[in-house]
Amino acid sequence: MPSASDPLTPVSPVISVSALVKQFGRFAALRGVSAEFAPGVLYAILGDNGAGKTTLLRALAGLTQPTRGSVLILGTRDVRAVCRELGYMAHPSLLYDEMSGMENLLYFARLYGIADDRRGATNMTAVGLDPALTRPVAQYSQGMRQRLSLARALLNDPKILLLDEPFSNVDLRSAREMVTLLAQMRTAGKTIFVVTHQASLLDGTADEFVWMEAGQITSRTRELRTLETP
Amino acid sequence: MKRAFPIFALLTAILLSYALYEALVAAPTEQTMGNVQRIFYYHVPSAWTAFLLFTINFVASVWYLIRRSPHADAVAVVTAEVGVVFCTVVLLTGPLWARPVWGIWWTWDVRLTSTLVLWLIYISYLMLRRFSTSGQTPVLAAAMAILGALDVPLVYFSIWIFRTQHPQPVIGGGGSIDPRMWHVLLINWAAFLCFAGLICWSRYRLEILQREVEEAQALETLEPRSSR
Amino acid sequence: MSKNSGATAGVTGVTLAKDLRLEWRSKDAINSMLFFALLVVVVFSFSFDPNAEQSRQIAGGLVWVAVLFAAVVALNQTWARELRNQVLDAYRVSPAPANSLFLAKALGNFIFVAVLEMLMTPLFIMFYKLRPLGPAWQLIPLAVLGTWAIVVNGTFFAAMSLRARSREIMLPLLLFPVTIPALLALVNATTAILTGELSARFWIVLLTTYDVVFTIACLLLFELVLHAE
Repeated sequence: MPSASDPLTPVSPVISVSALVKQFGRFAALRGVSAEFAPGVLYAILGDNGAGKTTLLRALAGLTQPTRGSVLILGTRDVRAVCRELGYMAHPSLLYDEMSGMENLLYFARLYGIADDRRGATNMTAVGLDPALTRPVAQYSQGMRQRLSLARALLNDPKILLLDEPFSNVDLRSAREMVTLLAQMRTAGKTIFVVTHQASLLDGTADEFVWMEAGQITSRTRELRTLETP
Repeated sequence: MKRAFPIFALLTAILLSYALYEALVAAPTEQTMGNVQRIFYYHVPSAWTAFLLFTINFVASVWYLIRRSPHADAVAVVTAEVGVVFCTVVLLTGPLWARPVWGIWWTWDVRLTSTLVLWLIYISYLMLRRFSTSGQTPVLAAAMAILGALDVPLVYFSIWIFRTQHPQPVIGGGGSIDPRMWHVLLINWAAFLCFAGLICWSRYRLEILQREVEEAQALETLEPRSSR
Repeated sequence: MSKNSGATAGVTGVTLAKDLRLEWRSKDAINSMLFFALLVVVVFSFSFDPNAEQSRQIAGGLVWVAVLFAAVVALNQTWARELRNQVLDAYRVSPAPANSLFLAKALGNFIFVAVLEMLMTPLFIMFYKLRPLGPAWQLIPLAVLGTWAIVVNGTFFAAMSLRARSREIMLPLLLFPVTIPALLALVNATTAILTGELSARFWIVLLTTYDVVFTIACLLLFELVLHAE
């Protein structure tokens, strides 16, 4: 049963999801999700494997078409129309293994029509990587790869960030640095969604914790109550 | 609607029997080829039926891309499958006819060869539908159907040019057809169309039911699973 | 409209440059493809006796069938790099037009297959002692049109096969039936030019029509294929 008891819902939500159903053959990954999300908030989306977190994120990114229901982002149902305002990051790196970090960022910047090469360098530095590194991404550690992937998601300076398991297999120090960076961006006005299994990393940073189970949102809380089993 | 099906089936059976009688007994025997020519009454209507079904497939595919209607997609699947069946009949009856009459199993006859390529295109369409693991297989299949349909006139034209440069025997014979034969041909076509309609209807119902079952299973409320 | 075509051309250029650069760096794919192409020519030469008079008459057909098989190998790894880390998702969420990606990949494939042809053709000419009796210059536009016909549909079907079981076999399964008219045109035009007996003109016109029709169709439909999950 979708719960809409949301202390942070403002007058004009940046994203609103209405009765969202996503079905893959006989399996329903999302079973009627309805929610509204406010701008400038860092949301942590939590839940067990198979709860539908990744599917929800992909639906918000426009990578998956809903079977039923709708997603309204920045006032429109056509996600592709507002894709410039979205940044997406997933567990696969979405990067070319054969190219170096800067080469990857330069290429993806071009996809957004960004010809300014400094953006890539700035982003790399912001996530704690050296832009001068010529090593191909295949030789990066997982932590470096996730950070570079985040740098890529930030290339177009999006208003909304959709991050799927950004901290998985990342060492603790890098993960904490990423959280600090996310907090800074949230303060700067970005809306951030982080799907993660490591809820404790976001304790104290995330503004709201959204719990999902079996394709539905079961609760939304301002604080992470680690003892609670939904 | 459900009551109509058995009635339609019965009418089709009657029409098919009548058409069979006409083709094998009542129709006049052809001058040069003799009784073998009677296969013409199966070869030609099967071809026309297959082409009609594939045309419906094309229209349904375009409709699906525009409206994303699941019913349009179901029609596309059904017409492709049944169309391939009738196409197979054409390809089997062709050689069966050619061998006793002309002594060869195959000839690069324009119509026969175009039918062969059409058959290949739609088999590849069905393979795409079967092997695709995408959630949007209907979209991919519709794109394939459109490309296939665009190919058909090019296939026909290319074989036509080939034949003007390398003349080959023609199956099916040109020239005028005796009006009594024409009459039998049309009856057989009507019977085949009814039969095709019957199979399509049945298959369509099956397809729709299958989709409904899948949807219901997906939305069943279950106890929350603790692990996956 | 001009801003859109500017964006398209820009992304196409950048993507093509990236693909060529990456291929030049590793040279894996091109090396194995070149060797495969060589093997195909040799196998054909053993199977169809080059000294027989009839073989010289069908050499036109042999060349293009050999190219088709070698091209399938090249086409099958069109999207290999993109598949590795789900890079296509990054492309799908970006505003870059799907067409640009398609054009870049198709042009890249065109270049690869052209390189293969430049290896295979001299070998065939040598083994089969081919000497065009007709207007030899026509072979160049024929090769360009024919290669594009194979590559444009091949790149499209390679994308369709991305989410399919038995991906490598799906590509030729989908490609070969649709390519038949183009193949017929290519083979007959080449034979016409080699033997000098007939005119290749109708075939070249057919091939041009084929190219125009399918290039437009693929450009229009590719967006759907790219975004099909």
